[in-house]
Amino acid sequence: MECGVYFTTYKDDMALRRKPLEKLRLALFAALVVIFPFIASPYWLNLANQIALATIGAIGLNILVGYTGQISLGQGAFMAVGAYGAGVLTARLGIPFWLSIPIAALITAAVGVLFGLPSLRLKGLYLAIATLAAQEIVEWTVVHWTSLTGGVEAMVIPAPRILNMRLNTDFRFYWIAVGMAALTALFTANLFRSRVGRAFVAIRDQDIAAEVIGVNVYLYKLLAFGTSSFFVGLSGALLAHYRTIISWERFTLETSIVYLAMIIIGGLGSIQGSFFGAAFMTLLPAFINTAGRALQSTFPAIATVLPAVQQSIFGAIIIFFLIVEPEGLAKLWRDIKNYFYVWPFSY
Amino acid sequence: MKRQISRLQVRDVSLYFGGVTALSEVTLDVYEGEILAIIGPNGAGKTSLLNCISGLYRPQQGHITFVDNNGRHHELTRLRPYQIAQLGIARTFQNIELFRHMTVLDNLMLGRHVHMKGNLLSCGLYWGRQQAEEIAHRERVEEIIDFLEIEHIRRQVVSTLPYGLQKRVELGRALALEPDILLLDEPMAGMNVEEKEDMARFILDINEERGVTVVLIEHDMGVVMDISDRVVALDFGRVIAEGPPDEIRSNELVIQAYLGDESLMAFV
Repeated sequence: MECGVYFTTYKDDMALRRKPLEKLRLALFAALVVIFPFIASPYWLNLANQIALATIGAIGLNILVGYTGQISLGQGAFMAVGAYGAGVLTARLGIPFWLSIPIAALITAAVGVLFGLPSLRLKGLYLAIATLAAQEIVEWTVVHWTSLTGGVEAMVIPAPRILNMRLNTDFRFYWIAVGMAALTALFTANLFRSRVGRAFVAIRDQDIAAEVIGVNVYLYKLLAFGTSSFFVGLSGALLAHYRTIISWERFTLETSIVYLAMIIIGGLGSIQGSFFGAAFMTLLPAFINTAGRALQSTFPAIATVLPAVQQSIFGAIIIFFLIVEPEGLAKLWRDIKNYFYVWPFSY
Repeated sequence: MKRQISRLQVRDVSLYFGGVTALSEVTLDVYEGEILAIIGPNGAGKTSLLNCISGLYRPQQGHITFVDNNGRHHELTRLRPYQIAQLGIARTFQNIELFRHMTVLDNLMLGRHVHMKGNLLSCGLYWGRQQAEEIAHRERVEEIIDFLEIEHIRRQVVSTLPYGLQKRVELGRALALEPDILLLDEPMAGMNVEEKEDMARFILDINEERGVTVVLIEHDMGVVMDISDRVVALDFGRVIAEGPPDEIRSNELVIQAYLGDESLMAFV
């Protein structure tokens, strides 16, 4: 379908979307995203917002785990720092919401660098356990530093507003969430086609060779932790303003695991994969729930076992996808595109 | 004989792993513009010496001094590997250590890392100066791709490439750093005759046309004798002989240590 595309400048050859069909796909997707809130029900808008926020968090985690190869179990902790950072800044210090978000993200980046220090010595599973410590420390701090966070009580923050317009409806918040997700994706895509991102990937693939070719591995590992945490914190801060109620239960180890599952199912080291994973992990429970309720009205007898069955189905579907495509949904999408690359010919 | 300007001075370097002596009071010079071959039987300490020069090992004793283009002296045993790369020393590895999941282009672009300035923010924005920088360095990388004749694989992921091509890509990555000294750890290991001839031609071109000083570890005596200006022989971590290839070929100690029996030299 798109043979015979040639480039005459390096600029064209190095573009993010090189081929006409790629550009068309992106334009179609953008159009869909813009039209979507006008035709979607509040239920779907809510899901879309969740996906957008989860995408930001998943891209953040993917920068660290998928691209730089540093396993982290501290996702929940970093989201908590972003959320409570934004909450404290607006509810306690009266800083406007639009300013609180970047500040909270920067605070999270700093915390991420701090908890990234063990990565200078530890790799793989050992690093995972070190980041687990980060998770526990932050969780404990959030629950026990009552004067700042409210402890186990939920923290309520004022609804975000710009020029007296409240932004806490799903429709209005959609533009913020989707806009930030798009900027995050663009920034990350640019990062990984240029100097710094390449160094991150080099550390993942062969850290000794990276050092020998001139990459300051210590510095770049911390940079990866900082960049990753910035976006994870951004996701947390946006979530805080979206929900306007923050509770520590949203940022436990389970959150970390769910996000790891997201990027593994979606595709490690892929921005599209982060989005696919976020969408998958948000929509699947929703679908199972809807299906469960529909069944329940027909067969009232299964009401008691339904919750347990739902969790099992959720798990089974995840296993199914991992076996079918261990490299994630992004790979599946690539395969589909490659199939149509020479379509209708076989090769 | 080429001009005798010493660019790399290894002095009394000793390296131990617990009770094992890997290098023992090794002293040698690398002169500007030469191809120096390091030979020796397995376990003689050739790779250990290279690792000391590129900063991966830190010798317990001795000094390694690099003289840069401006005549400044740098003590390499105190520097981290990435700092040594920034000074202009690049290397390849015995077992290919490429960035396996990256394309050939990206591998070579990493060779340009020390020459580029982009930071986190400018890379994320990829605007104006950063884009210009990426394009400028892409042009340099394309020159190397042309030189090594790997145009057809530039967008392929290196783990999918055959062994001989991977070796060539690794040479390209080191070359992209535009080093003053290039350290090659068995660049021809496991290659067939044709691939070896190609590689020898590349090394000679790099040395003669680009003026890069080459330090080369190699087991193939024919190649060593053909392309090197000078040979250093190691055995049990010690320098046992040093000199032009013809001298080394007939050196008693080398024959005993490395080639075992004089009769074998007939095949070289």
